[in-house]
Amino acid sequence: MALTLQRGSLGRQGFPRRLWSSTVGKKAVMAVTGGILLAYVVAHMVGNLTIFLGDIDGYGVFLRRLLAPVLGHGGFVWVIRVVLLLAVVLHMTAAIQLARRAARARPVGYARRPRVQGGYAARTMRWGGVIIALFVVYHLLDLTAGVLNPHGVEGQIHANVIADFQHWYVVAAYTLAVVALGLHLRHGMWSALRSLGRAPGASSVMALVVSVGITVGFLSVPYAVLFGIVR
Amino acid sequence: MRYRVRVWRQTGPTAKGQLVDYEIDGVTAEMSFLEMLDVLNERLQLEGDDPVAFDHDCREGICGACGVMIDGVAHGPGKATTTCQLHMRQFDPADPIVVEPWRAAPFPVLRDLVVDRTALDRVIEAGGYISTRAGAAPDAHALPVPKPDADTAFEAAACIGCGACVAACPNGSSMLFTAAKATHLGVLPQGQPERYTRARDMVETQDDLGFGGCTLTGECTAVCPKGIPLSTISRLNHDVLSAVLRSG
Repeated sequence: MALTLQRGSLGRQGFPRRLWSSTVGKKAVMAVTGGILLAYVVAHMVGNLTIFLGDIDGYGVFLRRLLAPVLGHGGFVWVIRVVLLLAVVLHMTAAIQLARRAARARPVGYARRPRVQGGYAARTMRWGGVIIALFVVYHLLDLTAGVLNPHGVEGQIHANVIADFQHWYVVAAYTLAVVALGLHLRHGMWSALRSLGRAPGASSVMALVVSVGITVGFLSVPYAVLFGIVR
Repeated sequence: MRYRVRVWRQTGPTAKGQLVDYEIDGVTAEMSFLEMLDVLNERLQLEGDDPVAFDHDCREGICGACGVMIDGVAHGPGKATTTCQLHMRQFDPADPIVVEPWRAAPFPVLRDLVVDRTALDRVIEAGGYISTRAGAAPDAHALPVPKPDADTAFEAAACIGCGACVAACPNGSSMLFTAAKATHLGVLPQGQPERYTRARDMVETQDDLGFGGCTLTGECTAVCPKGIPLSTISRLNHDVLSAVLRSG
């Protein structure tokens, strides 16, 4: 059989190819890139909270001055952006390839198929991921490029944020995306540890606590603006 | 009692199948699910029709031959049971019971409810063995095995290879099966020489056979008649990634 001939062929390929050619390897790539994106999301959330200290514009300046002697003004921000772009591309490519493989593995479905086990977070990983990806595009055009922002002046982060969250529909879209992110992270963190061959006993609780913390942290800003707590 | 069933009928591997409705008289609540199908088949044969083909052998939950999708749940509503261990008292005679074969590209339907599960044998061939010392049998206490390891190995070794994990997985993945086999051998001292190559080769083979990738939804372990835990999959992932990091 052709299978027998192919077996062990992985050993003769380079490490990235060996990893990428396996479904387990692809999940490991998704776990690591997901971890990078999670670290960014936490830092972003903490950065957002500086609006409550009244100087989020100063935080923006701080980020652009970070390592400026080495990377130039704003260089640090661009390094982060490149790393994030690479992580997103790898994460999504692996996810799409695994979803297509899953569709090929069951060409004929069941006539009756109730839910048995998988929680809501696990079932919505793929469409939740799509919602997050679409939101990121909007979010970049809104608060990074300023094109879709009602105020849209570079560097005036506070004014841009206030201009955005005056509108209930912006807050609604933001809420949908952040809740999708929270669900994605809840199953994602739990699953990533297992994809990397670890199954710590507290991982379920930890994933829940971290994802709720991130969701509440992100939602605190738009609702504070909407209800006039931050002006 | 009279039960209503909707059974997948398909005359051959390339034939187009369909769900067919039957009403079955003379079924008692104490009958097993397979006995209910026996009653149906006796009647079909008396009427000159083809009986419903389904796999079965031991009828006591240890061989792994039986297994059908009952109302969309692999092996039906019973927890940690095979189809043959399921009793009709678990069903409401008022509702028709939908009976379908396992659905996965590597499990082609041969006839009615019978699928070809040879693909699982291919996965076993890829790594389901250990290097043994030939010669006289060693003393029983010559190779100490820590009790927790023995328990973990035994728990995984309970896998009967029925394929319910594949049938239930939304990705059509055989990961729980492969993980059970790799864990069963991989945690014991006898299985150490091939531990990492075994994990790598079995997963590579399951990928090549067209099974889906695992996304840890947990559907498999919920329907597994032997209750193989999801932690076997973490262990398999660990060993596969170790092999990928080491070789080359």
